[in-house]
Amino acid sequence: MSHVRLVNVTKRFGAVTAVDNLNFTLEKGECFSMLGPSGCGKTTTLRMVAGFEDLDDGEVYVGDRLLSSPAKNYYLPPEKRDFGMVFQAFAVWPHLSVYENVAFPLRIRKVASTEVKRRVSDALGATNLLEAANKSPDDLSGGGKQRVALARALAINPDVMLLDEPLSSLDPHLREEMRFEIKALQRQFGFCIIYVTHDQSEAMALSDRILVMRGGVAQQIDTPLNVYNSPANQFVFSFIGLSNFLEVRGEGGAYRLAGGDALPAGLAPPPEFAGNARLSLASRPAEIEFDDAPDAAAALRGTVVRKSYLGEIIDYLVRLGDQTIRVQKVRHSPGPEQGANCALRLLRPTWYVCADGE
Amino acid sequence: MSTQSKKKPFIGTAGIILFLSIAILVVFVAFPVILILFNAFWAKGEFNLVDVVNVLREPDTYQALLNSVFIACGTTIGSTIVGTFFAWLVTRTDLPYKNFMKGLFLVPFMLPSFIGALAWKMLLSPRAGYINRFFMDYFGFEEPVFNIYSYYGIMAVEVMYLFPFVFIQVCGALERMDPTLEESARISGAGLFTITRRITIPLVLPSILSGSLLIMLYSMAHFGTVAVLGIENGIFNIPTLIYERIHQSAGSFAAIRTGTVLATVLVVSAAFIIWLQGKILSKGRYQIIAGKSFRPMELKLRGLRYPLLIFCLAYIGFTIVLPTAVIFMVGGLKTYGLPFTMENLSLDNYKFILFDYKTTKDAIWNSVSLGLSAAVITMFAGVMISYVIVKMKVRGKGVLEFLGMLPFSVPGSVIALGVILAWSGKFGINLYNSVWIILVAYIARYMAFSLKANSAALEQVHDSLIEAARACGATMWQSLRDIVLPLVKPGMFAAFFLIFLPSLRELTVSIMLYAPTTRTIGVAIYTLNEDGETVMSAALAGIALVIIITGQTVISRLTGASAKG
Amino acid sequence: MATIQLEGVSRRYGQHTVLEGLNLTVNHGECFTLLGPSGCGKTVLLRLIAGFEDPTSGSIRIGDDLVADAATGVTVPPDSRDLGVVFQEYAVWPHMSVFDNVGYPLKLAGVPKEERVSRVMETIALVNLHGLEKRLPSELSGGQQQRVALARALVGKPSLMLLDEPLSNLDANLREEMRFEIKELQHKLDITVMYVTHDQEIALAISDRIAVMDGKGAIRQIGSPEDIFEKPVDSFMFNFMGVANFLQVRREGSGFFVGQGGQPVPWDKPQGDAVAWVAAFRPSDVIIRRDGAGLKGIVKRASFLGPYMDYLVEIDGTHLRTSVDTHEAIMRDLMFTDGEPCIVDLREKHWFDAQSLGEVGA
Repeated sequence: MSHVRLVNVTKRFGAVTAVDNLNFTLEKGECFSMLGPSGCGKTTTLRMVAGFEDLDDGEVYVGDRLLSSPAKNYYLPPEKRDFGMVFQAFAVWPHLSVYENVAFPLRIRKVASTEVKRRVSDALGATNLLEAANKSPDDLSGGGKQRVALARALAINPDVMLLDEPLSSLDPHLREEMRFEIKALQRQFGFCIIYVTHDQSEAMALSDRILVMRGGVAQQIDTPLNVYNSPANQFVFSFIGLSNFLEVRGEGGAYRLAGGDALPAGLAPPPEFAGNARLSLASRPAEIEFDDAPDAAAALRGTVVRKSYLGEIIDYLVRLGDQTIRVQKVRHSPGPEQGANCALRLLRPTWYVCADGE
Repeated sequence: MSTQSKKKPFIGTAGIILFLSIAILVVFVAFPVILILFNAFWAKGEFNLVDVVNVLREPDTYQALLNSVFIACGTTIGSTIVGTFFAWLVTRTDLPYKNFMKGLFLVPFMLPSFIGALAWKMLLSPRAGYINRFFMDYFGFEEPVFNIYSYYGIMAVEVMYLFPFVFIQVCGALERMDPTLEESARISGAGLFTITRRITIPLVLPSILSGSLLIMLYSMAHFGTVAVLGIENGIFNIPTLIYERIHQSAGSFAAIRTGTVLATVLVVSAAFIIWLQGKILSKGRYQIIAGKSFRPMELKLRGLRYPLLIFCLAYIGFTIVLPTAVIFMVGGLKTYGLPFTMENLSLDNYKFILFDYKTTKDAIWNSVSLGLSAAVITMFAGVMISYVIVKMKVRGKGVLEFLGMLPFSVPGSVIALGVILAWSGKFGINLYNSVWIILVAYIARYMAFSLKANSAALEQVHDSLIEAARACGATMWQSLRDIVLPLVKPGMFAAFFLIFLPSLRELTVSIMLYAPTTRTIGVAIYTLNEDGETVMSAALAGIALVIIITGQTVISRLTGASAKG
Repeated sequence: MATIQLEGVSRRYGQHTVLEGLNLTVNHGECFTLLGPSGCGKTVLLRLIAGFEDPTSGSIRIGDDLVADAATGVTVPPDSRDLGVVFQEYAVWPHMSVFDNVGYPLKLAGVPKEERVSRVMETIALVNLHGLEKRLPSELSGGQQQRVALARALVGKPSLMLLDEPLSNLDANLREEMRFEIKELQHKLDITVMYVTHDQEIALAISDRIAVMDGKGAIRQIGSPEDIFEKPVDSFMFNFMGVANFLQVRREGSGFFVGQGGQPVPWDKPQGDAVAWVAAFRPSDVIIRRDGAGLKGIVKRASFLGPYMDYLVEIDGTHLRTSVDTHEAIMRDLMFTDGEPCIVDLREKHWFDAQSLGEVGA
């Protein structure tokens, strides 16, 4: 059953269209991430769902309840939407104790005091904060503050939780830990999550589905595995993980690397790309093998111009004519030395038509 | 690689700078204050607390103490309410022309409150005040509508010109506050009114209190308004009583005693207020600045938008435009008391004051030259002292840090009294009755401004900028010249104007130190008014306003331009 | 010859000792990295070498010159040490153009104008900033500002460069790009570089030799990146240099068993009398399979992180983390889900006495 529903949502700031005709629906209990570089419109979208921004066009629903619709001149203010929300900068109130922070949404709703007590301790228990209940949030670490924010959002037991880069103010180690905690809380309480982040591994680890955005336009909505394995376009490919793009020129059915050799026969682009003068051959550094067989039909030939030992992985930069390509291997696998000639086999060559200016 | 290796000299450049800085603060600030304390507590050749108590128990002194506290409390409460309300209005509502209105609310900062008091005297003095007369003549009122020569009159005038202290603090806090603090309350289900009451106000409370205490400090030690409006009705506060005693008794022992005891009370209360302010700020200054910046929520005023705008404009009109206009109009009258008709008004008074009247010509010249010299000297001294405090790691810095706090807690009348004790010949140098004694006092009085502006500028200069220069081969002096000075130039610039402009309208210090030929603008306006030359006094006040407002406009242009560059 | 020699260098602030009796030699032409957790005193050490601070005891030589000696009170001020220094905060002077920033050291040295212009332009080109020489720092990105700082440090042709976390204010991509550039510049100009960082990945990528400092300011190991990573001298070193797995092993008589269970250790056994041991290894040392020889475990948590799958595996009450490249996981049917059984084997491992692990806090 679809739960949160955005229909043709558009937002403009002056002449700039921040969010352009966006559509998606969330199932109950789903974790949905909006992923993209800063300024792509993901935060604006979240703020429209929360009600902090009004739409210029389109509609937002939760279940059957209409939240915003400029066409029907309807707008429900954020305090009436019953969402939980966590912000990047914690936004816990320093003048209230941890307990009072979490109790605030309940007190606003005039919940009976025994019930407040029970629900606050539930929320504090779920976020491991029982010990800190009487402390001031200022006495807690960043991770502690963010737990208070989570507990406060949990207190009303919302069925939609909005998370706006909640982990990006934390250090990497804590970030990973909190990621798992959020996932565990979701399992325990069953809310659905709309999660905004620019960190692809965070989105991958948490989400059931990911929306990749760029310039206010949805690029792809899919499961994490599909976003990684079958990126809808070159932007999505480049945004998720490390990537190489080799420019390929096509002329009369023959293809060659721009400023380099002709493409080996085994690496010809699929037929549907025929007729394009400029193509982009995408690959991931970890999905390239050094191929020892001298007669390999699909191998690209080049020279190792840089070999860096990075501990777990060894990083190679290989020159192919005028272009270079990154290759990464785990430390146990053998590879050529710096300056050596080598042959490369792309395990998963992916083709895109070269867009201008990219 | 240079091979010269040298031993560390015992006293290096750092030591010299430190010594100079301490010397300046001791001579100009600490020494006069110590003399006051000494004179207050050391009577008849011994430490004498009983005498101090006796002085305080004299009815006049006791009353002045009570008055100071009473007026300061009233002014503080009034200013806090007015300042917080207007700050909230221009930052958290959809009031029309908010930025313009915000600028307007800062205008009272420019107006010297004793000139304001003068204007209100002309408007609301019980018999001659224009407003009172208007109501009595045309509406048959038997009694004046409002007597400005009263506690409430004094408080009202002080509130009009002091509320920006709170206004600025609260505006800043509300603007810097992370909007998600309020948004998270909203998503928790709270409406705007609840958020304002339970989240916003508690979070900016430290800023409100700190602004209030600033006003308290200022009002306790404030001379001008009480002198203009209070003395007439026998209302004295501490600074006016000190002035009265010293002035009338021409330096008799008893007068000096009373003066020093009262001054001690001022210093102690000032120190207490500053300590309290520091405590509130350090304990209560929440970390509320962070995160992505979005527009904060605005309360939709709906039907109240224009009524509130009109209210704001009326407030400005009543408290700023009206008094200013009265000053200029009275300044143009042939004789005080005539109605404002075309034939009674002319520019003759202004011409006379600027070109023919020796007293006022001298006063303008004195104020400008005193202001320039004090500003230049204090600016350079301030940058040096701040450099030691902010940037240098030398032994003995603690002493300087303590001395550096001192100028902030010594009110003007205390400085004036201390300067009289120090530089009237008792210690070999007699500057009394010369402009030099005023200059010395100005330097002490405005040192705090310079220290504040310069240390703020220096704190912006990251240590690594200086170290990078050293690593590039610059000596300490070269790095000061090429890196530090150019970078703190805006701070020095700010310090210069922060000193020069207020000194043009200075009254509290100069009134205690002037001689017939060393009147400043403030003193001339005040004494002309005392002598019944109301028209001349108003004309000079008008000219002072023109100079001050022009100066202020020039600075905001200049600093605006340099901030962009 | 730009060598650095530290002998018995200590630095104390009041009661607080930051560095104690440190000895260190940096050879000419090498890129030497001081690597340690924040607050370990590595920056203080660099500042002692630069001359921004003086040692409480001990001596420092740069080349043949004694630049600081606590015993005799000799101290050469930083402006006479002929160094280039680059700071974490860029420290480019905001009131000077790029050209003036870079030209300042030459101006101080009294280099004639014509030569100055050509050398500044040459250095600006070297750090890929051509065309930006008239800009003010406020008009540049963080990465460009750091290039200005780099050019300014290089323009005087110092034989020794000190870099204090120069990349930690940059975003990840830029950081990666710049670290290769710094390495290239160092080779091209044949200078000695002393680099301070807390980031072990940068240290491994950039250094000829690394000195790892612990939280108390003591040097635990000095060696090439491979030495440091592959042959850690103790469990602190192993833990500090990357994601570390510690598998608890107990000795019962002559048998060694994993965790609390009954699976015997299938690898070479540790040498020693201790009862409690840990096998330490990297995620890349783990071979995870569905069947075959090895230890039986359960995938407690599987996380898809894009380029790789991240697994938390439990073996008889003890845990390990490993990852498998996504394409490999798909190709070889290694996409485990939570709760699935698996087989774990190791390529390489280090044995540590479990007691020595206490100080690591693992």
